[in-house]
Amino acid sequence: MSAPDFNVEYVAELARIKLTPEEIETFRSQLGQVLDHVAKLNEVDVSDVEPMAHSFPVYNVFRADEPRESLDREAALFNAPRQAQGLFIVTKVVE
Amino acid sequence: MEITSLTVHETQALLRSKQVSPQEVVEALGRRIAEVDPVIHGYLSYDLDRAILEAQDVDVRLPLGGVPISLKDVINVKGHPCGCASRILQGYISPYDATVVAKLRAAGAIPFGRVNMDEFAMGSSTENSAFGPTRNPWDATRIPGGSSGGSAAVVAADEAYAALGSDTGGSIRQPAALCGCVGLKPTYGRVSRFGLVAFASSLDQIGPLTKDVRDAAILLNIIAGPDPCDSTSVNEPVPDFTVDLEKGVKGLKVGLPKEYFIEGLDPQVETTVRAAIAHLEGLGAEVVDISLPHTEHALSAYYIIAPAEASANLARFDGVRYGFRAKDVSGLLDHYGKTRGEGFGAEVKRRVILGTYVLSSGYYDAYYLRAQKVRTLIRRDFATAFEKVDAIVCPTSPTPAFKLGERTGDPLSMYLADIFTLAANMAGICGISIPCGFVEEEGKQLPVGLQILGKELKESKVLQVAYAYEQSTVWHQAKPQIG
Repeated sequence: MSAPDFNVEYVAELARIKLTPEEIETFRSQLGQVLDHVAKLNEVDVSDVEPMAHSFPVYNVFRADEPRESLDREAALFNAPRQAQGLFIVTKVVE
Repeated sequence: MEITSLTVHETQALLRSKQVSPQEVVEALGRRIAEVDPVIHGYLSYDLDRAILEAQDVDVRLPLGGVPISLKDVINVKGHPCGCASRILQGYISPYDATVVAKLRAAGAIPFGRVNMDEFAMGSSTENSAFGPTRNPWDATRIPGGSSGGSAAVVAADEAYAALGSDTGGSIRQPAALCGCVGLKPTYGRVSRFGLVAFASSLDQIGPLTKDVRDAAILLNIIAGPDPCDSTSVNEPVPDFTVDLEKGVKGLKVGLPKEYFIEGLDPQVETTVRAAIAHLEGLGAEVVDISLPHTEHALSAYYIIAPAEASANLARFDGVRYGFRAKDVSGLLDHYGKTRGEGFGAEVKRRVILGTYVLSSGYYDAYYLRAQKVRTLIRRDFATAFEKVDAIVCPTSPTPAFKLGERTGDPLSMYLADIFTLAANMAGICGISIPCGFVEEEGKQLPVGLQILGKELKESKVLQVAYAYEQSTVWHQAKPQIG
């Protein structure tokens, strides 16, 4: 599980984070150490062990399908860095 | 004596008997903050005028009537900033109250200020705040712990009556230990997470940081309970957590896990914690040796699961709906990359990248799925232990507060600060840290925390043990000399 093929630039791109060249170098070495450390998990026998996503088993939590107050448009848009005519302005997607 | 040195229940008693007014309680807080916060830097912001205004309308007969409660910068309060100590949320104003805040208000409390933290609760020293670190009230050259370092420091420095924090891997208990206050992490789901900015959703839990154990029980009484807005909140009855406080520890079995007394544990901390456990034995508790065999793997499993969940949760910070947005971008991908690259600090970037990697195609089974299986084993360890004992006692932190800057260049050594706390989050159980003595470093007295862990939903038991210890010792009465 040690990670010789850990490509920090590629993963940062997947995570939509633009790194500086210095960050790429530092993170490669720091995260390499972390990945080496967590490789210890390979020592644990996990055969026949169910994975656990949640510490407290709760299933199918429903609430009554009744309308209730939610944020109005003005409140929802209040923190937007750019907005106009009641809409979020998104950077151009298609040229 | 200044009012600010009082606990919540002491302040409330003065308010109820009209010996002080709610305005005086807020004004005293303002004076204390002006006096000590230039050294501590526990607050990112606070609005004294607004709090004084709110104090005019409070009903002091309510359980928390007239008491200001300080809030970690990760909990939404309508009309207040909520920035998670991050540049990416600079200027953000909450459009709604978190459930815990609505409950505090209903109990008469005044939600107060924004206290410092590691950015997005990722860290163990508060040095990851984008707005500078908080300093330990016992030695301003040292860290207060984290991520709720601001919450712990303002309580210990008497510039808060009590505070709320959040605990994902120890972020309430570890700073409480290092600052010498009480920090309670309730059972996962005991307190609604609605309005808590999510870090790792299967681990996060809100809890109180207080000056004594009774205050922790009182605050938990207010904030606990199921919430239709958080489907992971536990639908179980909420007892009055103060009822069992005075029952003592006679006849209770407390477990001593051998895996928590290991290499890396500071010898002075070990001596202090062992003395605290002997003290509990003197009070009538039976100390039982137990084993939590998968303890050494908890850290590794945690640093896969928590970053994985964080990478998904922090995807929402895209510079479109709220917060910081990078300038001069050449298209949508560039917009995302630059916004997140410039908006997030180093530790957040590291964890999002780590989390993205362990979830990425081809690696999921090797890392994430395996870590989830190890999590099952950790939970089983605790379940087995709690068949034999009522509570588990151990150190909260392997060391006392370390120096500012000492570990910032080495993330792995920073992660080790949580080695004794994060297993409780993995298992979903409850735990508390209480002051249990001091060690001396460079002529300064530094607090040590005793951690008491309990089975899920057994907060009352944990509080009972903590109260018995606290009330028969003097550590919780010690106050730091600041400046």
